[in-house]
Amino acid sequence: MASPASVYEKPLPLMRGYTKEFYDFCKNRELRFQRCTKCGAWRHTPRPMCGDCQSLEWKWEKVGGKGKVYTWTVTFQPLYKQFKDDVPYAGVIVELEEGPRMVSWVTGVDPMQLKLNMPVEVWFDDVTPEVTIPKFRPVKS
Amino acid sequence: MAGSLKDQSCIVGIGESKYSRGTPFSDLELGLQASTAAIEDAGLKPRDIDAIVIPGGFGTTAGDYAACFGIEDLRFTASLEEMGGAMTVCAVETAAMALVSGVANYVLIPFVARWYSGMKAREGTANEASRIPAAIAVRDFYMPYGMGAPPQYYSWMCQRHMLEFGTTHEHLGTIAVTMRRHAQLHPNAVMRDRPMSLDDYMNSRWVTYPYHLLDCCLETDGGAAVVVTTPERARDLKSRPVYIAGIASGHPYPAHEIPNRKDMFTIGLTHAAPRAFAMAGATAKDLDFAEIYDCFTFQTLQQIEEIGLCKRGEGGPFVMGGRIEVGGEVPINTHGGLLSQAHVCAMNHIVEAVCQLRHDADLRQVKDAELGAVCAWGGHGHGSIAVLRR
Repeated sequence: MASPASVYEKPLPLMRGYTKEFYDFCKNRELRFQRCTKCGAWRHTPRPMCGDCQSLEWKWEKVGGKGKVYTWTVTFQPLYKQFKDDVPYAGVIVELEEGPRMVSWVTGVDPMQLKLNMPVEVWFDDVTPEVTIPKFRPVKS
Repeated sequence: MAGSLKDQSCIVGIGESKYSRGTPFSDLELGLQASTAAIEDAGLKPRDIDAIVIPGGFGTTAGDYAACFGIEDLRFTASLEEMGGAMTVCAVETAAMALVSGVANYVLIPFVARWYSGMKAREGTANEASRIPAAIAVRDFYMPYGMGAPPQYYSWMCQRHMLEFGTTHEHLGTIAVTMRRHAQLHPNAVMRDRPMSLDDYMNSRWVTYPYHLLDCCLETDGGAAVVVTTPERARDLKSRPVYIAGIASGHPYPAHEIPNRKDMFTIGLTHAAPRAFAMAGATAKDLDFAEIYDCFTFQTLQQIEEIGLCKRGEGGPFVMGGRIEVGGEVPINTHGGLLSQAHVCAMNHIVEAVCQLRHDADLRQVKDAELGAVCAWGGHGHGSIAVLRR
């Protein structure tokens, strides 16, 4: 599902620090979030200390990639020119089974047909040779 | 009460530039217009000002104002960038702290926003060099999905509220229509002479569902300013003082990351409002009116709930039946708000609350107004609230 790098003009994460680590795992087809090794709390977006117990010990822990739709918005007006050919598109908050939530797209469904708690699973879009963006699709029943 | 800011400071001067879409004036020129008006309204001279709190944004600094006003010994300055749009009411809190501690005597709070002629909010959040505190989460984790504009991430909250509590577009539209109706009563409202019906609202295009165009605030140019001092000094000034009875600010948790909060509705104001009301010795039920940061219709409803005018989840029915109109039980945004007067990050809300409490609000006057609140919202849910009394 790779898109040609030469035509990919959408915003990319700044690949450094924790951000680069997060997206490098995606390139390897792994969705991982920070998890405190002392108290077990997940956290996202990345930061150096656990807000629950203040431990500096943590690891990138893999999640299963299954989750559900928590809330969403369907953008019709091209607020960003790089997305003018994508409207209408839905910015979805997905809640992973393990607990952390993230912003993503749910592909393969009309955005106006999204439903609360719709089950979804991750897939990985290699948008450039360097960057892979995790996206979701409905789980087929 | 030791350490309390209750009734220890007063707003004694208010000023506004003309609000418009497009302006020939610079940020500093707009700020000077509003500040000069506020200082004159107080009956002070520019050199009486000895502290300037810059809420933030748009490039003007305390030093710029001091240089123009000939203030050679400026005692105190502060800037509150982290609060986002809640910076304005938070600046009043900072002014009150400076006054009560004796650090300053006359505090000027000038604010300018050129949302129409300058950089849009959605451009600021997505900019790599952005100083907006939430920029890293937005740039690295939202923007790859085209999600960086306020109506997008605020509508996540709206959608969740609609799903959990059954809030409808009729509820949201009633807020938009009421703000527009109020703007018809204000000579300095951008949407004066442009009335709007609920049908107009329902038929306006989607910006980002569940937000129509008419759920979204204006992008305007303008400046507004207030002068704050102590009650003792206020006695010698020409305008009737409006007392800061209670004031507080607060933050959502985590402040810069919306999806991973325990719920979508607990915001800075949820924490700040009880503090401000306790300080004032009042509750939301005592308010004669409220001026609420209406960046979007739902955020207005959300703040109505979080300050306790009604329970969480009941904001939809609450706004119906004329309750929030001038003449209703608790009029909201009597000047037209950000939705229909102008977007000055609620500095215009503070000015309007003072007008109401001076009983100077002409056609839009809330009868016998004695107590009012101003709520401001910023960033990803920071909040600040001032409970003001006549």
